[in-house]
Formats: sequence, structure tokens, C-alpha cells
Amino acid sequence: MNLTGFYTLFCKEVLRFGKVWLQTLMAPIVTALLYLLVFGHVLQGRIEVFPGVGYLAFLVPGLVMMSVIQNAFANSSSSLIQSKVSGSLVFMLLAPLSHLEFFAAFVTAAVVRGLVVGLGVYLVAVLFVPVPVAHPWAVALFAVLGSAMAGTLGVIAGLWAEKFDQLAGFQNFVILPLSFLSGVFYSIRSLPPFWQGASHLNPFFYMIDGFRYGFFGQADTPPGISLLAVGGTFLLLAAAAVGMIRSGYKIRE
Amino acid sequence: MVPVSGPAAIAVAGLHKRYPGVHALRGIDLEVRRGEFFGLLGPNGAGKSTLIHVLAGLARASEGSARVLDHDVVRDYRESRRALGMVPQELVFDPFFTVREVLRIQAGYFGLGREHWPWVESLMAVLALDAKADANLRTLSGGMKRRVMIALALVHRPPVVILDEPTAGVDVDLRRSLWEFIRGLHRDGHTIVLTTHYLQEAEQLCERIAILNHGELVAVDRREALLARGIGRRLRLNVTTEVPLATLPEALRARVTAQEGTRLVFELHRDRDSVVGVLDALRDHGARIVDVATEAADLEDVFLELTRGDVKMKPQINAD
Repeated sequence: MNLTGFYTLFCKEVLRFGKVWLQTLMAPIVTALLYLLVFGHVLQGRIEVFPGVGYLAFLVPGLVMMSVIQNAFANSSSSLIQSKVSGSLVFMLLAPLSHLEFFAAFVTAAVVRGLVVGLGVYLVAVLFVPVPVAHPWAVALFAVLGSAMAGTLGVIAGLWAEKFDQLAGFQNFVILPLSFLSGVFYSIRSLPPFWQGASHLNPFFYMIDGFRYGFFGQADTPPGISLLAVGGTFLLLAAAAVGMIRSGYKIRE
Repeated sequence: MVPVSGPAAIAVAGLHKRYPGVHALRGIDLEVRRGEFFGLLGPNGAGKSTLIHVLAGLARASEGSARVLDHDVVRDYRESRRALGMVPQELVFDPFFTVREVLRIQAGYFGLGREHWPWVESLMAVLALDAKADANLRTLSGGMKRRVMIALALVHRPPVVILDEPTAGVDVDLRRSLWEFIRGLHRDGHTIVLTTHYLQEAEQLCERIAILNHGELVAVDRREALLARGIGRRLRLNVTTEVPLATLPEALRARVTAQEGTRLVFELHRDRDSVVGVLDALRDHGARIVDVATEAADLEDVFLELTRGDVKMKPQINAD
């Protein structure tokens, strides 16, 4: 094991997003707050999704998780594509890092960014609306697993994409629809039966539902099922990403 | 530098690399001894970079094996990469970091922590980067970026260093200072493998040279032996003649490399062509010999002869 190598790559990835914190940390927090203000004030008082939970409070965990997903994805994917396009990826490839160390460093850094942004969104949101935490373990577990899954998807997209527009396509046609159609703004119980069924095929739904369970103790799906779905999807995606790195997919000739 | 005993610095056996539609390396067998200053030459597309990339783990061989200090580049990739420092051909850099940061990060990738930072500082001093240690890489000149790339390759103190076109696009002063630096590395015991388009560079620096063409090794020899092969020795004859060029025998016409009015310049092969026979033949056709000049072959001649198949196909001249 090259633990120092792994830790260095992890620190480098954290340092990278830390250097542009206005873009990587502050901007997504402001965006999430705008969603909260616009949707919250338009729909507050009109919808009660869970008994005893106002819409604004219901919205907060969804927005937090959406920010976690999008930022964890953005961290690994943008770092990889930038190093591929600039050519600086070669310095990592020349180093004695195993495919697992390489993967773990990118995903762990993505988790850190996802959690920092998520925590930021939560802390600012609770200034506007109180949001209880019923099961902290579920909040932490789904936040970490969700960001790891999104970070892994970012690794896959970053390896696959050869140009920035391909990555933007992945973000706009895969990540954004999956996160918007996962129950961030609504409970899937309010959807027609077909779309309820379709939502159950969306792994992001389980992330948000399980995460929301941690706050309200209520969810559309039993948290154990959500945990299995998120954990299983993460393992599948991780196996695919590690396989891509091991084979040198689009990074080694 | 006298080669050091022990395993070869680089050992390549039966190496093939195939890309879709391209057979980039065709069974390369090559050994670079420890402590050698080795040159790898070849025209564009000959396979030099592919060979280097296989050694550095940036490309995977389709067949055959490659070892660095006896470590297989695939099976023992950690050891082989620790033994190797490579300066890539392209000027690439991470725009997020300063010089000091990228060097410390690169050392960290190799498992070297804070205890290695004094070496990073001394490396920056040796390469005159210390004044720019806290400058972002984006703000550096091309020459400074090139130095940073050399520092990145050396940051883990590798015994074997591969420099892929290290002086491409740098000015004369920097090129000379890089030569001195690389010579210093060699004196300190590093094995150096240099690819370059500047043949003069290889001729001045390298002890042994391999020439690669179309994915095959066409020569591997000591510099002096390569130059002494005679294959590229030239004999230049300046003659004036009123006789039209077309009336000269075909064998002579084929050797004319320049014509200025009545003045002809011939290029003869020192070993294959009979100079006396050529002079007699020219006199027989009314030519007046103005000047006879010989020119020793340089590496460029050898290189051109070995990488240009048509030269070998020319018939020998023997007018006797």
C-alpha cells in the first residue's frame, strides 16, 4: 500500500477545490438557498408532504442532498477532465499509485466537498426554517454514501469524457434529471403510479429518501431498502470505475 | 562514466505495441546498462515515444516485456516507477498550484512525506526555481515550466531518468544549461536515456545510441562505432564541365547533389564508390576538376542513411 501516495492525492484534490472556494463551495450554497426561497415561499402552506412537516422544512434535506450529489460529482469529474485536457494527469500516472488508491483518493475528496457544501446549505437553511434531526446516523450514512456514489459517477464521467462539452452533457442529461426527478421538491407519493414506479429505479431517489428519513423519521420507502439500494449502486459503480482505471480506459495507451 | 555492474537499467525484450491499424513497435530488444548516457533517435512516428511510454507505464505493450532495474513495468509497477523519472515531451502543468506545491505533491505520490521536503528545496535551488517557488505555474515562462518538469521527474530521486525531447523549443542558453544539468546527473550516477531531434545534442552527450525507424531498431551502438561505420562518409567533388549533365553516365548523374551553371557537386560514398574511377570518367567527358573536399560523417548522415531506405538501394559506382 502507498498510503502516503493516496493521502497526497486526496489532499491535492481537496486543496484544488479549496483554492477556488468561491466557485466550488459558496456558489452551490447560494444556488440551494435560492431554490429554498423561491420554491419554499411559493409552496409553503399549500403542501404538507409528511404529517406535521411543513413544505419548507421538507425541502431542506432534499436541497442539501441535491447539493451534496452535484458537488461530489463535479469535484471528481471536473478534476479528471481538467487534468486529462491539460495533460497534467501524466504526473499521477507516472507515480506508483494503484488503481484502488487512485480511485479512493478522488472519491474521498469528492465526499469531502459534497459534505462541506451540504453542511453549508443546511447551516444557512436552518436560519430560515427549523429542521429537526431525528436519526443523525441516517443523515451521516446517507450523506457519505450518496456523495461517494456521486463522486464515483464523477470518476466514470471524467474518465469517459474527452472534452468539456461531453462532461457537461453527462451532467445535464444524467445527473441533473436524476437528481431533479428523485423527490427533492416533492414526495413521490404525489406522482401518478407510473412515475412512482419509475422513481424507484432512480438510485438518487433512495439517497434523498433515506437522508430525509434521518431528519423526520418518515420516508416514502423503508430506510433499510434505501440503504441497500444506495450501497448496492455505489458498489456496482465503484467496481465499474475501478475496472476503468485498472484497464487504463482513456488514460493509458 | 563507466557502466555499473548489476541488472540493466532498462531491458526490453520482444516488445510489440499495436494500435488499431498501426504496428508502432515491432519486436524491440534493447538493453541500457546502468550508468549509461543513452540516446534514442528516430524520425517522427518511429516509435520512440511509444517505447518510452511503455517503460513509464503510460502505455501497455501488446507483447513482450519491459523492465526497469529488473522490475517488470506491469507486474512490479510500483518498484519500476520508483526507479524511473520521466520528463514528458509536452509542456504540461497543473494550473492550480505553485512550483513548491506541485513538487511536494509529486514527491508525496511516490510515498515521500515531509522528511523529503529539504530535497525538494535543494532541487528547486539547483534548477534555479527557488525564486519562483511560490509562483503559480501558469505565470511561468516556457523555459521555467520545462525546468519544473525536469524537477518533477527527479523529485523522487530515480536512478534512471528518461528525457523525451527535453530541449524542444527552448532557447540556446537554456538548452546549454539543461545539457550541463543533465551531464551533472550522469556524473552523479544516473542512467540517462535521451530522445532528441537535435542530433548534435545526441552526438555530444550520448555514449551509446539506438536508432528506431518504423517501430524497429535499425542500429544500437556506441557513438564512435556508429560514426565510424563509414556508411555515411561523404566525398564532395566540385567540378566544372561544359558537357550537359544529361550526357553523363546515369551512375554519375545519380550522385549529383547540386548544380550551379557549369559547376556540379557530387556526393560519393567513401567505401562503395571508386573516387579514381569517378574522376577518370568525368575527365573522359571533358570535365575540369576544381576542388575535391571530403567531409566526415556526422550523426545526421548515419541517421539519414539508416532511416532512409532509398539510400541503401542506390547502385554502387565503379567507373573502372
